Amino acid sequence: MANYFWLIPFIPLAGTVINGLFGKRLSKKVVGLLACTSVGLACLLSLWAVLHLTHLPPNARRLTHILFTWIASGDFHVEFQFLLDPLSAVMILVVTFVGFWIHVYATGYMAHDDGYYRFFAFLNLFMFAMLTLVLAGNFLLMFVGWEGVGLCSYLLIGYYFHKKSAGDAAKKAFIVNRVGDIGFVLGILLVYVTFQTLDFTSVFNRAAGFLVEESGGGVLTVITLLLFVGAVGKSAQIPLYVWLPDAMEGPTPVSALIHAATMVTAGVYMVARCNPLFSRAPLTMEVVTWVGAATALFAATIGLVQRDIKRILAYSTVSQLGYMFVAMGVGAFTAGMFHLVTHAFFKALLFLGAGSVITAFHHQEQDITRMGGLHKYMPITARAMTIGALTLAGCPLLSGFFSKDEILWQAVAGGHLVPWIVVWLAAGCTAFYIFRLLFLTFFGEARMGAAHAEPCQESPRRMTTPLIVLALFSVGIGYIGLPPLFAKVFHLPNVFEHFLEPVWQGPPRAPSAPVTVACFGQSVGNGEGFITLLSILMALAGFLTAWLFYLKQKDWPELLSHRLSGLYHMLLNKYKIDEIYDTVIINPINTISYWFLWQFFDVGVIDGIVNRTGQIMRGAGRLLKNIQSGYTRSYAAWILFGVVAILVYCMR
Amino acid sequence: MLHVMGIPILNLVCYVPLAGFFIILLLDRKSVTAIKWTANLVALLDFILSIPLILSFNNPSYTDPLTNFRYIIKVPWITSLGAQYYFGIDGISLLLIMLTTLLGFIAVLSSWTAIEHRVKEYYALLLLLQTGMLGTFMALDFFLFYVFWEIMLVPMYFLIGVWGSERRLYSAIKFFLYTLAGSVLMLLGILALYFDYGRQTGVYTFNVIELQRIGFPFGLQYWVFLAFFVGFAIKVPMFPFHTWLPDAHTDAPTAGSVILAGVLLKMGTYGFVRFGLPLLPDASRYFIGIGGKSFPWMMWLCIIGIIYGALVALMQKDWKRLVAYSSVSHLGFCMLGIFAATPVAVQGGVLQMINHGLSTGALFLLVGNVYERRHTRLISEYGGLSHIMPLYATIFLIMTLSSIGMPGLNGFIGEFMILQGTFSDPTLRIWSGVAVVGIVLGAAYMLWLFQRTMFGEVTNPKNELLDDLNFREAFCYVPLIILSFWIGLYPQTFLRYLDDPVNRVVSKVRGSDYFKLSIPVADATTSPTVAPGTVVADRPAPHR
Repeated sequence: MANYFWLIPFIPLAGTVINGLFGKRLSKKVVGLLACTSVGLACLLSLWAVLHLTHLPPNARRLTHILFTWIASGDFHVEFQFLLDPLSAVMILVVTFVGFWIHVYATGYMAHDDGYYRFFAFLNLFMFAMLTLVLAGNFLLMFVGWEGVGLCSYLLIGYYFHKKSAGDAAKKAFIVNRVGDIGFVLGILLVYVTFQTLDFTSVFNRAAGFLVEESGGGVLTVITLLLFVGAVGKSAQIPLYVWLPDAMEGPTPVSALIHAATMVTAGVYMVARCNPLFSRAPLTMEVVTWVGAATALFAATIGLVQRDIKRILAYSTVSQLGYMFVAMGVGAFTAGMFHLVTHAFFKALLFLGAGSVITAFHHQEQDITRMGGLHKYMPITARAMTIGALTLAGCPLLSGFFSKDEILWQAVAGGHLVPWIVVWLAAGCTAFYIFRLLFLTFFGEARMGAAHAEPCQESPRRMTTPLIVLALFSVGIGYIGLPPLFAKVFHLPNVFEHFLEPVWQGPPRAPSAPVTVACFGQSVGNGEGFITLLSILMALAGFLTAWLFYLKQKDWPELLSHRLSGLYHMLLNKYKIDEIYDTVIINPINTISYWFLWQFFDVGVIDGIVNRTGQIMRGAGRLLKNIQSGYTRSYAAWILFGVVAILVYCMR
Repeated sequence: MLHVMGIPILNLVCYVPLAGFFIILLLDRKSVTAIKWTANLVALLDFILSIPLILSFNNPSYTDPLTNFRYIIKVPWITSLGAQYYFGIDGISLLLIMLTTLLGFIAVLSSWTAIEHRVKEYYALLLLLQTGMLGTFMALDFFLFYVFWEIMLVPMYFLIGVWGSERRLYSAIKFFLYTLAGSVLMLLGILALYFDYGRQTGVYTFNVIELQRIGFPFGLQYWVFLAFFVGFAIKVPMFPFHTWLPDAHTDAPTAGSVILAGVLLKMGTYGFVRFGLPLLPDASRYFIGIGGKSFPWMMWLCIIGIIYGALVALMQKDWKRLVAYSSVSHLGFCMLGIFAATPVAVQGGVLQMINHGLSTGALFLLVGNVYERRHTRLISEYGGLSHIMPLYATIFLIMTLSSIGMPGLNGFIGEFMILQGTFSDPTLRIWSGVAVVGIVLGAAYMLWLFQRTMFGEVTNPKNELLDDLNFREAFCYVPLIILSFWIGLYPQTFLRYLDDPVNRVVSKVRGSDYFKLSIPVADATTSPTVAPGTVVADRPAPHR
């Protein structure tokens, strides 16, 4: 029976088909109900399939289902094939559960929108693509989902398509992702050439016969680097992160679902899925770690000064994805997946909270410097957002704390000290920017202009219920995967780790030596405790700074921005990366294409030659036509000339 | 041989449009409706008649066991020259013929309101063109092939020149001269092979199958390849012979563009698969650079075509011209697959010909729909059409996605197979790597076009009252959309016809040893699950 797990993606697809074809004639209530029901059913079926999976012995938790042979051509053979193992199980649970609540929320958020049915058709289509991505049993089907979510992202970012900025952002997202896809596609090609199959199970089994490429440069290193380029695009890492902040042009539920909780984590999922390959390519792992760490800090610093509530969260997402890649890079796949799960809950929560605020402002205002004091009007949203902020900042005993702590600790334990310092600093920035957002939005005095004189109201139940649910999970989900230190304290086993254990098929690793921290020549005990303490202190520092700046000494930020005006503007302008890309890549391509390739080469050279040939022919014809003048004496002269010429030739 | 009403099926499919041509000539030029109905019914009948081709394709009684061609018609024709009337199809021509009859019908149907003057001549020429194209795909005799090849030229010239837009005469003459120049060189090549075959065997024949039986000396192959190359490359068109295409496409009437892009361009690619590679294997290897011993001229031209076409498309201000340049890029992909000469790549290349016919054919139809309403093709004249024409915008989106290779739609399968097949030859691997860049640029120009025409506010008041597609217009897209999804989701339906003919081409170019060299890669750990992807057992024999 559990072999019907492959039906999971198709339930939302049915929703898409019905809403897409008939939604125009259905009432909003029916459309919303259909969309939510389809995702809810998918969620229940997922739960049921995963429960079934847990009843199997750990090494047998790998169900495959082949629908049909997709492409069979020459020696190339690939199936339409689904795979359910603990890794995809985790993903489908997160995707359908978070997805369901975001769908419910969206029925409220989009209530006054004309394109209601179109929106839900796209949203359901996204669920289909995302579930296909995570349940795919081979690289090519994964790529189908991969492009499918990209398409839905395009359609939903561009949902308010009458706005030029939305159209631009949608196009940018798709094309930047396509740049990453170059890597993914080449990676897939190389996988096939190397392993003669694209089926995950067979590829990874065959990879077990490959040595760990310590010196780098082997085929696995190349494959994983290429695949990682794809992940960098989809998961918005340096240098391809630029599309994600712009993607906030889409409706907020879309930002929550696609650009925070699910799609953007596809890159992390892909690396985790390919762990047997990545863990045999230390060079790639090094690259992954550094890209992740750099992105985590880089995006967090930009987030420090942004004013748009959604953009702050977008940079936060980029930064948090960086954490996940650090975890992947240091080989802590479980920790990375754990952070993926907790992040899905608390970041979706934060986005939905932001959406609730935006609703309160009737979709007119997103600048946090023009908000303030909202907790009086929107108590539920304010509380939910506070929980989200605390979780993101790494407040002890909340889920984000456990998962982030695990990553930081694993980085140290693996000997990656510099990356650890980088992400540790990023943790401070994280705490600062999220509390800045919280304080400016919900606390302090109201700074709304006259335009929003009417008091803001709490959002309807349809929107607050998902907030409450997600807040509860943000708090509680961490307890399924407690780091060793806390597992001992709470006497809770790390279920998450045990569940995922069979998926990690890397080369056997020597257990890392226990790290103890020496201070002034004296051991101060277990390293993990010390690192955890440092993380807490860092988060506290960020929190206190935000508290000081935005609740106590409110003129300080102003002063500081003047004192450090260069730095401030660099951050405010996001390091001008978009402008640099425009100058270095986009504009040259446009100029060269237009002036050199088209106007000069195509029209000038090639067509010039063609037309010139025509002119020469015509000119020659014009000259030669004089010979045939019709005058007898002229012909006689030509004959004479000819005869003379022949005679001269013969007598020579 | 399959007969319908006593006539061999291939003759029937090929000449029904010709019969329609004569019927229309007999009709009064004032009875416009009768002319339109006749043309539509004839085109539809031709499509229906072509369906048995695919249904009984694998019936052994219609198959010539020696050559594996089907429905063969072979009668002496000009015996003094050794020219035969020799028709027959294999999987490659089958798919192209089906595409031709389908697009032919759609082209006729789409013209119902678009053409208002000289209706009689218009429909007559469209049907004549149909016969020319079908004959070209069926001919297995070089002389016959050449006749049909030239027959195609004339109606197309008039379609552009008479019913085209602003610069129609310039474009028509350019199209005609370009193609004619190419076909004259091709004729020289054909004659060279004809005489060399006669010198070697004492028998003079234009029979393509016969010509393939013997090997031609490399020196001859070298020059004939160049001659064929110019002839076919102009038709494809490959860089740098492509400049007739944007002009011809832009100025042709909608149906002309559809046929031009959908079928006529495929004559070039088809020429390479059917004649260029199998007849001239040594020269092909030499110019493609297979084995890495010679300069990869062809690969360079394909890649330049892919990138160059895409970049120039990016900059176009004219909607139709943009789609035209996108064809240069897409056909670059087709040619890359064909030249790579591995089974997967060639199958992908042939499939991509079909895909391009469907998606670009539809894109030209779509331009035609708005052109008919607004009489302008300037992209800047449009914007925000999704508000006014939602159905139109939806269809445009689907065809755009098909064109940029969205998985689940047809373009992806073709592109991926081409890339995969090219990548699997170590000496050509790099070209596959470069070609991938083309898919980024492809997304860029198509999505930008989509944004500029469909997204945004309706800025131009002239667009505010446009009607969405009517039933007839929308109906044209139904088969195209169905086929796009079909090929994208279950390409096996079509790929199964390509296995055998493509393997024959590949074994000509690379030698039949190529198929014996498969080295199985075993699972490192003995895995109990035998993956369905273990490919080696599924490798088809080169000759069945």
